Amino acid sequence: MPSKKQNRLKNQFELIVIGASWGGLEALSNLLTPLPKDYATPILVVQHRQRNQLGSTHLSNILNQRCPLNVIEPDDKEIIEAGNVYVSPSDYHMLVEEKGMLALSSDELVHYSRPSIDLLFESAAEIYLNKVIGIILTGANQDGAKGLATINKWGGYSIVQAPETAEKSTMPLAAISATQPDVILTLTEITSHLLQV
Amino acid sequence: MPTPTTQNLENAYQNSELELDLFLEAVYRKYGYDFRSYSRASLRRRVQNQLDLLKVDNICELIHIVVNDENIFVDILDQMTVNVTEMFRDPHFYKSFRENIAPQLKSYPSLKIWHAGCSTGQEVYSMCILLQELGLYEKTQIYATDIDSNVLKKAKKGIFPIQSAALYSRNYQESGGLNSLSDYYTARYDSIIMNNSLKKNIIFADHDLATDQVFSEMQVIICRNVLIYFNSALQNRVFHLFSNSLDYSGYLCLGSKESLRFSNCYSLYDTLDSQYKMYKKIQQHEPFPLTIDR
Repeated sequence: MPSKKQNRLKNQFELIVIGASWGGLEALSNLLTPLPKDYATPILVVQHRQRNQLGSTHLSNILNQRCPLNVIEPDDKEIIEAGNVYVSPSDYHMLVEEKGMLALSSDELVHYSRPSIDLLFESAAEIYLNKVIGIILTGANQDGAKGLATINKWGGYSIVQAPETAEKSTMPLAAISATQPDVILTLTEITSHLLQV
Repeated sequence: MPTPTTQNLENAYQNSELELDLFLEAVYRKYGYDFRSYSRASLRRRVQNQLDLLKVDNICELIHIVVNDENIFVDILDQMTVNVTEMFRDPHFYKSFRENIAPQLKSYPSLKIWHAGCSTGQEVYSMCILLQELGLYEKTQIYATDIDSNVLKKAKKGIFPIQSAALYSRNYQESGGLNSLSDYYTARYDSIIMNNSLKKNIIFADHDLATDQVFSEMQVIICRNVLIYFNSALQNRVFHLFSNSLDYSGYLCLGSKESLRFSNCYSLYDTLDSQYKMYKKIQQHEPFPLTIDR
């Protein structure tokens, strides 16, 4: 690995944001399961899915069963703490409101989607500046490309799942064409990367 | 591009926050609309959208444009004040209200309910239907308030597009409704008109949660999907306002993603439904101050 990137990894990262769409549940499971219960950096996840009539917490329940980390669907103005994975509730955008606090919003759809990956990534970049890691995983749309570019612009660390290893490569490819990611990796490599942070 | 230093980034961030403050201040002083205590994350985004739309580079230029062109301000205002509502929105909230709160209301000789941020009224009429079905309506006075006098006019009329009727009916059935929703309205041309028997105990009034005072001795306060637009300082003021307005052992109902947990009033309440955010006040307290920390 080039030394510049190593230096950047030694930065104290304070937040990890992850965007996933088609095929995301499996990818997220594989990525998050090896992370220990006391993993020091809080993680915010947007996973596209159908608007859920019952407002149930199906996705976070599945991830919670598989991961040592505590996976929750947050309320508006929830405090961001280490040891937690915050999964955006269905039909709400999830944004970073200020350092250590997230916000939910019912604002209009972005890329036909609510939650939107771009919105989470842009808000995280604006608040956490170069202390945030953004990760784009599998998906069949363009969401997250603009957001990852914003993370890059503010000096954050950008990771894209290697398109050929993604269940759907459209989203990783869109991110790569929108910005030059710091690294392009398989899921296993991303996880070992995260374990070094 | 050289990697920006942390110091430079911090400066750039502070500067953009300052510019956003100035923009909100300009809007407030020029047009009287106060968004200074709105959720910062959404504000940043909406202002960025305007910059992109008008193809201007920075907020200071935007301030100049907005201050000098009222039409552009009106467009921005439209974006800022989204009114999303439907009858029996989140049907399971109404179901839970039937099960967890309504039975407790039977013993009261009279009831006062405050529906704060009622928008165009669909959710107020929904609550009135529920109260009628449970035999509570006749002893209840409902105060329905909103900051926007235009939506209040619509709420008062109780006329909604007929295209929405199918969704409203589906929601009503899912909420545990006992009859047919069409029992409560008359269809005429392209509209449905809510029955007068639902309207007679509702008082519609202007009220600004950011600046106005208490409605005293309410048994129930309903404020759903309004606080999500506010920052945490204004949310806290509103929780103080609600606590001051609620009767001892009164009930507070919030939107399903809005929580009392992060407020200093939390310990005064018992949680009745953690998913649909229903709380019961279980402690007396001195009135809270109604200030906003800026």
